[in-house]
Amino acid sequence: MSSNDRFESREFKVVGTRPLRPDGLDKVTGKAQFGADVTAPGMLHGAILRSPHAHAIIKKIDTKQAEKLEGVHAVVTRTDFAKDVDNTDVLDNCMAGEKALYDGHAVAAVAATSPSVARKAMKLIKVTYKVLPAVTDVDMAMGADAPILHDGMQTEGLEKKSRKPTNIAQRHEFGHGDVDAGFKQADLIVERSFTTEATHQGYIEPHACLANLGRDGRGELWCCTQGHYYVRELCADLLGLDESQLRVTASEIGGGFGGKTTVFIEPVALALARKSGRPVKIVMSRNEVFRASGPTSSSSIDVKIGVKNDGTITAAFADLRYQGGAYPGSPVEFGAMSAFACYNLENVKTIGWDVVANRPKQAAYRAPGAPMAAFAIESVVDEIAGKLRMDPIDLRLKNAAAAGTKASFGPVYSDIGLIRTLEAAKNHPHYSAPLGPNQGRGIACGFWFNFGGQTSVSLTVNADGTVGVAVGTPDIGGSRASISQMVAEELGIEYSQVRALIADTATLGFNDVTDGSRVTFATGLAAIEAARNAAKIMCERAAKTWGIPSDAVVWEDGHAKPVSSNAGDFEPLSLKDIAASAANTGGPIAGHYEINADGAGVSFSTHIADVEMDPETGRAEIKRYTVFQDAGKAIHPSYVEGQFQGGAVQGIGWALNEEYIYNKDGQLQNAGFLDYRIPVASDLPMIDAVILEVPNPGHPYGVRGVGETSIVPPLATVANAISAAAGVRMTSIPMSPPKVLEALDSVLIAEAAE
Amino acid sequence: MSQIHVSTTINGDPVEYLCEPDDTLLDVLRDRLSLTGTKEGCGSGDCGACSVTIDGRLVCACLALGAEADGRKIDTIEGMAEGEKLHPLQEKFLEHAALQCGVCTPGFLVAAKSLLEKNPSPTETEIRYWLAGNLCRCTGYDKIIRAVMDTAKEMKGKRKGKKS
Repeated sequence: MSSNDRFESREFKVVGTRPLRPDGLDKVTGKAQFGADVTAPGMLHGAILRSPHAHAIIKKIDTKQAEKLEGVHAVVTRTDFAKDVDNTDVLDNCMAGEKALYDGHAVAAVAATSPSVARKAMKLIKVTYKVLPAVTDVDMAMGADAPILHDGMQTEGLEKKSRKPTNIAQRHEFGHGDVDAGFKQADLIVERSFTTEATHQGYIEPHACLANLGRDGRGELWCCTQGHYYVRELCADLLGLDESQLRVTASEIGGGFGGKTTVFIEPVALALARKSGRPVKIVMSRNEVFRASGPTSSSSIDVKIGVKNDGTITAAFADLRYQGGAYPGSPVEFGAMSAFACYNLENVKTIGWDVVANRPKQAAYRAPGAPMAAFAIESVVDEIAGKLRMDPIDLRLKNAAAAGTKASFGPVYSDIGLIRTLEAAKNHPHYSAPLGPNQGRGIACGFWFNFGGQTSVSLTVNADGTVGVAVGTPDIGGSRASISQMVAEELGIEYSQVRALIADTATLGFNDVTDGSRVTFATGLAAIEAARNAAKIMCERAAKTWGIPSDAVVWEDGHAKPVSSNAGDFEPLSLKDIAASAANTGGPIAGHYEINADGAGVSFSTHIADVEMDPETGRAEIKRYTVFQDAGKAIHPSYVEGQFQGGAVQGIGWALNEEYIYNKDGQLQNAGFLDYRIPVASDLPMIDAVILEVPNPGHPYGVRGVGETSIVPPLATVANAISAAAGVRMTSIPMSPPKVLEALDSVLIAEAAE
Repeated sequence: MSQIHVSTTINGDPVEYLCEPDDTLLDVLRDRLSLTGTKEGCGSGDCGACSVTIDGRLVCACLALGAEADGRKIDTIEGMAEGEKLHPLQEKFLEHAALQCGVCTPGFLVAAKSLLEKNPSPTETEIRYWLAGNLCRCTGYDKIIRAVMDTAKEMKGKRKGKKS
């Protein structure tokens, strides 16, 4: 048993049920307040002027005419931010310095009495650019003659530093064993190259914030974010403020998926508020969201896998190249780490290249880096199954990672659920259902690390016997419900007696961002421990009331009870009884817990898709889709299913339609929901969600994060299904109709040639 | 440019306002009348988050002008419940966990209500096509479609009950 082992098997009363979410009523009646829904007295409207060029030197910015316009109260440029900051790339991304590095890069901002005056003022700002050649493709950005974004950049992670400046920020390598020796043992080797285009998280709520900041350095910020503590840290740095003086409140958040884990407009609104002396609101347009928030990477990947005739993988290799936009930090490291995480391999090596290009700086997108890697690897595994005439699930079962497997990224797995998901898929009616004409079935597996992280929770027992829980992780998918369930379970009270809310940065200890599928795991863990601490105090109060030692009292079923009849014969005291007399037994009762949680518990899933292809148009339609995923323990099964379904559909969109399209000058051509097409209701069938529960040893109830893994398999699952239907291996995503038609034509041409 | 005086009815209440000729109905609802339940997701009629009805017709408020509301009846998410009593769709969305972040929810509810008024017994396919103009990025639509199907079934049951 390791120090991380917290799991204890038990019967649950509240956990595993499906109560209504506490924020539900406000959300179905329109009362919930999202980022753009608040105003302040005297508020101004901010707007951001953006570069029309993908790569240009900013020679001069003349703001005089804009400042003179009636109704304009402040104009800011880079000079209005702190000079010496820790987060230089974040600052440069929020407001360009010497160069504009992508189409949509912020260069100046104004605050005015109305949005229309702000728009007029922006037209009066004169920016003189020297336009430079741009590069948006990852392989071209790595080329010897590519335009260089950052003159001083050298590749980290190379044994020998490059002399010439480069767009390759870093090289990563993972693996173990000897892949060359492993390939020599193989009876069959399959090698292929793949590409994926960048996609956007596509949250429906654009970034929005309301800022107030005085010359005394004290400020308030309201914004939609996945992590208001991180927003505070970044904004304080970029504006030269003390963190204690900036209070950040997270609004209701209209989707994030990783894209709201950093700042874009928040420092700009604060700078405008400081300069104008008035509250300033900024709301991004959808065009700005696409051009200037943080989509994910595009990628180019080579895979080589060798197998014995019985299906045993002898060696596996992948070279992954991800462009992460204009600054270092693409999720290629996660891609290289996760690529072969589903397999038990003796010889495995992955190399990842982090590349910069003239695109917006990428931000996290649900299991960042993993879906593209899984697309490439799971496609090759599928091809191998076909060549060996093996069932694709059997081939995966033959090589599947299990407890004790040394993962390709280093650690040895404890209890994991991959095999359970594969077996559940194999035994599910979907897997053996007949297929119609032009239909194909695909399967693929996915992995995600999951995260724990820094977490504070504070819990108060009210005099009427109800309980308040303050957490610092914004609720993006129902976590207030699951946290309340865990607290109710632990304290032995009704779910309706608990109210969870998201505290602001000034009233609760530090919390990492809502990311890494961490909230139900880490905040849940801290909430359970906070409840246990409150229960301990309540036992002490009961002991005091009864005049017995506090260690002679236990907390059971919502009551303090003598530990045995030896301790005395007392009627158990309920939480409500103890709460009512708290003033006389020592004052208010509270519990809190702070932790940097590890033991998040890795997560696996297997997906099955049936796709029908229209040979005339090349359109692929999802006819049936089933998700099998290990949740550890599903606290609120409806919201677990929701995570499985939502992730699967985002992955389907990525696989079939979604892509960033740039022209040769590096300007984004489809910055709107009409031309960047996310899945709509009529594109889809129901998404069946099968929850498996292999308890995570690192959580008291066995919880694993569930939010991200569901987006990892769909790219490969859909590609394998289309490949089966089309009779040709699909290697480029999105598999939009023209690409599918092209693939079909290649089959016809090949057949005609025979 | 002088402002336009508009007399209209919103969620059954008489309302008067002044607006710019180029203010959209969405701008007016959110910024002038503080009816922020109607959301802006795109401003171009692609996402449906600002769905409202004008004289019973489903529209994107971002594609209508504030001035067009004059003499018409506008219904928004804020008028869907009657006091404490939720519309059956609102109940079913909660029961089916048909929302995660909830920002698209007002638009879906207004659009679904409009569907059930026209077609009380829609098929799954009819629901999917009617709601194809409303984007949701969290749920994959599964639970939303189920909530609407279940509402239609329950409302049909109640109508039958009333007749007999």
